[in-house]
Amino acid sequence: MLNLAPNIPDPDGFYAELLGVHEGLAPEESHALNARLILILANHIGDRATLSAALEAARTSGQPRSGDAP
Amino acid sequence: MQDRYPLAFKLYPYARVPDQDAGAPVRHPVVIVGAGPVGLSLALDLGLRGTPVVVLDDHEGVGLGSRALCFAKRTLEIMDRLGAGPDMLGKGIVWQKGRVFRDRDEIFDFDLLPEAGHEYPAFINLQQPHFERFVMEAVTRAQAKGAPIEVRGKNRVDAVKDTGDGVAIDLITPDGPYRMEADYVVACDGARSPVRSMLGLGFEGRVFEDNFLIADVKMTADFPTERWFWFEPWFKSGDSALLHKQPDDIWRIDFQLGWDIDREKELRPENIRARVDQMLGHSDYELDWCSIYTFQCRRMERFRHGRVLFAGDSAHQVSPFGARGANSGVQDADNLAWKLKAVLEGAPDGLLDSYDAERVMAADENILNSSRSTDFLTPKSQVSRLFRNAVLDLARDHPFARQLINSGRLSVPCIYDGSPLNTPDALDAPARSRPGAPCPDAPLGDGFLLKSLGAGFTLLALDCEAPESLPEAGVTARRLSVDTAVAPLIRDRYLGEAPTGLYLIRPDQHVAGRWPTFDEPQVRAAMRRAMGEATC
Ligand SMILES: Cc1cc2nc3c(=O)[nH]c(=O)nc-3n(C[C@H](O)[C@H](O)[C@H](O)COP(=O)(O)OP(=O)(O)OC[C@H]3O[C@@H](n4cnc5c(N)ncnc54)[C@H](O)[C@@H]3O)c2cc1C
Repeated sequence: MLNLAPNIPDPDGFYAELLGVHEGLAPEESHALNARLILILANHIGDRATLSAALEAARTSGQPRSGDAP
Repeated sequence: MQDRYPLAFKLYPYARVPDQDAGAPVRHPVVIVGAGPVGLSLALDLGLRGTPVVVLDDHEGVGLGSRALCFAKRTLEIMDRLGAGPDMLGKGIVWQKGRVFRDRDEIFDFDLLPEAGHEYPAFINLQQPHFERFVMEAVTRAQAKGAPIEVRGKNRVDAVKDTGDGVAIDLITPDGPYRMEADYVVACDGARSPVRSMLGLGFEGRVFEDNFLIADVKMTADFPTERWFWFEPWFKSGDSALLHKQPDDIWRIDFQLGWDIDREKELRPENIRARVDQMLGHSDYELDWCSIYTFQCRRMERFRHGRVLFAGDSAHQVSPFGARGANSGVQDADNLAWKLKAVLEGAPDGLLDSYDAERVMAADENILNSSRSTDFLTPKSQVSRLFRNAVLDLARDHPFARQLINSGRLSVPCIYDGSPLNTPDALDAPARSRPGAPCPDAPLGDGFLLKSLGAGFTLLALDCEAPESLPEAGVTARRLSVDTAVAPLIRDRYLGEAPTGLYLIRPDQHVAGRWPTFDEPQVRAAMRRAMGEATC
């Protein structure tokens, strides 16, 4: 099952590290790194239902909420 | 009548037939339009079963040029049943391993038949004209033994009309037009299917925006007999390239060219040679054949329209990556032949609807696989290219990414899960041989299991009792008893942990049902179901 509750022990540290690996990269290099990262994490999760739930969570949370101004 | 293409082999020259001089149209049980690999296989299967069949083709033989090359194990098993398997295996180049490179680095390899105990290999490479010639030679041998098969060259079908109780066919020949009638027509007339157009039927799907250049090159070389595929090849021929060995010292090279190209310029011999020189590092070869192709993935909504059925490329078309075109068409024929015979002999007409259900399912599986390969090879957006390249980058160091590399998922037969002809699984045994599956081969005595199955229904009795023959639903199932103590691979593939098992196997070697032992009422019900007599 997809865990969307807080789960990373050191959130600020992780966030800084995530930005850190992108430092100095051109946008297309950053995109490529993100793509590799997604594939690595997806393989680690492995479970197909969890992956589908994660894709869905990513897709919908990027959309405007109903009731928001268009 | 002008030929639309030059011939590689003239196999069925035009000859005037009595039908052309008959006062009224002569009626035939089955008429097949198109003597390509699919039409000929179907005709051979029907003829060997004793069903009279006429094949019409507007040419007098096999077209020249490079099309299908890779023929899969299941196709060879079908061809073995039809008597053409040994010739194909004798001439073809056997292979089962593939390697994928990026630039100069090998990033992935695969083995398509990692287990032993099969009569036929995972794949052979054999030029399509030879494949068709071997089928036609088997037709000729069958004819000599009395099989009622007629192949009429230079007979072009110009109109097809379902009259309700039959089909009227208008033909053109060098001696002028004539008309014939059929109980059933099978359109095996290729991707541009004139019959499909005559009936006003659609053919929907996706067009992929890419061009591939085929260069068949004659040379002596000692590359291994493996499928070699390059992404972003070091020889800079384009986005990808593929190398395959063919019989007679011919090598198939496929170059991905991209979408916006000047076809005429790319096809100039000096430009083709420049690409090949770069790849091989020498120019010590002859160009045997070159062409540029684009591809589509599409299918008809239904493969049966009353008395007209569609098989092969007329019904479905896939991109060549995966070698699923001719291979799946031959499996259409394998599925249809015994059903047509049964219906002509009185089985319920609905049995032909199961052809539609099972082969549409297979076509969807093939289209899905071939579309996915094509999306990987020809990324259609920036983001799909981004992920594709991420996979290739990761694959060098990390095994997990290698399984995502998709340079073509090669043809395997469809398992007809959920087919109306299946009886629900009643044996706790390996899933690979469940109802709907094509029987996996295995050694049996001095030979192989598939060869030992009859042309009709078989009761495969594994360490259990069963009657020698069982008549039901207009057909008779014949027993094949196996003592698995001396056939361990049959045990592995059909029983697993189960102590005994009884399989009902269809004439096309797909499993119809399976049980721990012979239970007569259940087996009879399964036979009725497999013959299209729904038993709800
Ligand atoms: C580059 C390339 C590579 C391929 N590689 C592979 C591969 O490796 N493995 C694989 O399995 N498949 C492969 N294929 C696909 C394969 O070639 C086709 O799936 C196969 O030829 C389809 O056979 P068919 O009998 O359905 O149709 P066709 O081979 O097209 O035959 C149709 C026949 O109908 C006849 N006809 C048409 N109109 C009429 C008419 N009005 N009257 C009478 N006759 C008519 C034609 O003359 C022809 O003989 C490849 C295709 C291409 C283009």
